[in-house]
Amino acid sequence: MAKSICTALREGALEGELAPALTIKDSIASPFGLQVFDHVLSQLFSSILAGKSPSQGLILVSFSRSPSFYLELLKNKGISVASSDKRIQILDCYNDPLGWKDQLVEISSTVTVFREVKHMDKLFNSIIELGRGLVGGGKIRFSISIDSVDEMLRWASVSSVARLLSNLRSHEQISSIFWLLHSDLHKARVTAVLEYLSSMVASLEPSHQLANGQRGDLENFALIEHNSKNGKFHVRFKKRNGRVRVMSEEVHMEQSGINFTPLSSEGAINQGLVPKVQFNLQLSEKERIDKANVVLPFEHQGDNGKPLQIYDGRRSLVDSKQERAVAVEKEESDSQRGEIIYYRDSDDEMPDSDEDPDDDLDI
Amino acid sequence: MNQRSSNLLDEALGLDQAIEPWPLRGRVVAIEDRVETSGSFILHHLLKRSLSRNPSSVSIFIAFAHPFSHYDRILRKLGCNLVSQRDNGRFFFFDMLKLRCPVGDEGTTPGGGLIALYGKIHKTISALPEISQKNVSIIIDDLSLMEVAANGSSDHVLDFLHYCRTLTSEFDCSLITLNHEDIYSIEDGSTFLLQMAYLADILIKAEPLATGLAADVHGQLTVSNKGRNKASNFHFKVKENMVECFYPGRSRD
Repeated sequence: MAKSICTALREGALEGELAPALTIKDSIASPFGLQVFDHVLSQLFSSILAGKSPSQGLILVSFSRSPSFYLELLKNKGISVASSDKRIQILDCYNDPLGWKDQLVEISSTVTVFREVKHMDKLFNSIIELGRGLVGGGKIRFSISIDSVDEMLRWASVSSVARLLSNLRSHEQISSIFWLLHSDLHKARVTAVLEYLSSMVASLEPSHQLANGQRGDLENFALIEHNSKNGKFHVRFKKRNGRVRVMSEEVHMEQSGINFTPLSSEGAINQGLVPKVQFNLQLSEKERIDKANVVLPFEHQGDNGKPLQIYDGRRSLVDSKQERAVAVEKEESDSQRGEIIYYRDSDDEMPDSDEDPDDDLDI
Repeated sequence: MNQRSSNLLDEALGLDQAIEPWPLRGRVVAIEDRVETSGSFILHHLLKRSLSRNPSSVSIFIAFAHPFSHYDRILRKLGCNLVSQRDNGRFFFFDMLKLRCPVGDEGTTPGGGLIALYGKIHKTISALPEISQKNVSIIIDDLSLMEVAANGSSDHVLDFLHYCRTLTSEFDCSLITLNHEDIYSIEDGSTFLLQMAYLADILIKAEPLATGLAADVHGQLTVSNKGRNKASNFHFKVKENMVECFYPGRSRD
């Protein structure tokens, strides 16, 4: 799935369509959004470098981590920064987003940074300018990544952020766009707005939900520890015709980076949770089959084409005469077999009546 | 020394081995405590560790909660003389007890409030000799009082923290903050704690025991280390001149 996301972003926009957009969504219970972002970023960038994508460049708008971090990251992934210089441009909204450093005159900064994050229109213009500077004008496309929408939402209104993203998506030179969102920092409404704007949503969830994550109980701690390394990864694709496809994977955090594996079956998860005891709590496969083959008492009837009769305690009263005849007939035909024949003493006697039989006793 | 006794806390933070660079370098550490279990002892412990790790290390302490004499007394018990460290230019104490940001948006204008404070920090670090610049710890005690000083605007505090964080990537310094967990309510839509949790590389939570108060155990610590994808949990007991950390049921008393 992680692969199909990267493929979709790599393929880019069709002529006359909006650019594919991806929201990477996480929450504090499973905070691997940045790692997924890094993964997608490096995959997309290496395919841009290899010329496999119609997009000719990548603009990275960095809010939550410093540009030097990303350059280091790409270097670690084996992408040489020197040769990639002409393909990637980082708009630095990290180092001085509000212009504080600018105001403090004694500090001189040599890096050109974006200082007015509160103005979404200016941000849009800078992104497009940077992209044009990278690939040139005309029809050459480029991709955009935004490493945190949260910071933007803190400084600007939802509608202006949505307008920025939507304008970027519909811009003719944009090939694809993706962004990161910490969903629990915002109201559900805001998350929904951003999900509507995207054609793919990749969401990270903890693999074990905590009953209440408030108190650091020791039982909870085992789950917390598990969740700090593992999580579930759901991807929702919205097709052009409106069809929605959801796929799931598991993510594992390792020292070397993020790892995606196919979802293990529910049974395997359960087996891992069953406590280790000396006796069997679960059935083996053979025992399970044997158990399924046992015919339960009420299932004997109707086996050999005979009508199914379930005794409900009342019906026999109505057709008891008929029954008696059947019983006699049976006696004649299967006299070989053992049989219990029961004649009711009288028809007055109510079978299984609700009346208390000791009603008349005077105690 | 309390080298052995605090092993678990140091271990969880990666401070137990004398490796260079310092494990907290370039990291943001957020300490969250509750009213029943004060987390300030972790702050003192980290202050001491950061001053004693190597001769060129520098700590910048931004105090909203207590005056200098308070910290001096405590650190003296822990075996660390803040006055002499201050005179040696290794400990910078910013007394912010009386800081009041101007009301309204003026809090974000230069010369007033948090921008000025940020400017002071930046100036202090820039003025340090090259070798010390790489070994700075910024410690804030505590964020809730900073919010009070900022007239209750958590956004201003977050902006300030963002700028402090740019210092961690610019100078590789570490940022250590203390905050109280139980004064924020999720129902109010306050996301400050969550924002901090996302910002932090290491989150230390000091909580009372789930079973209630106990004489031999003062509380439990949960340390989530995002960088190493590790979490640890243990009990602690605060003593006069040290903190004892042990796994549940392993108290040596």
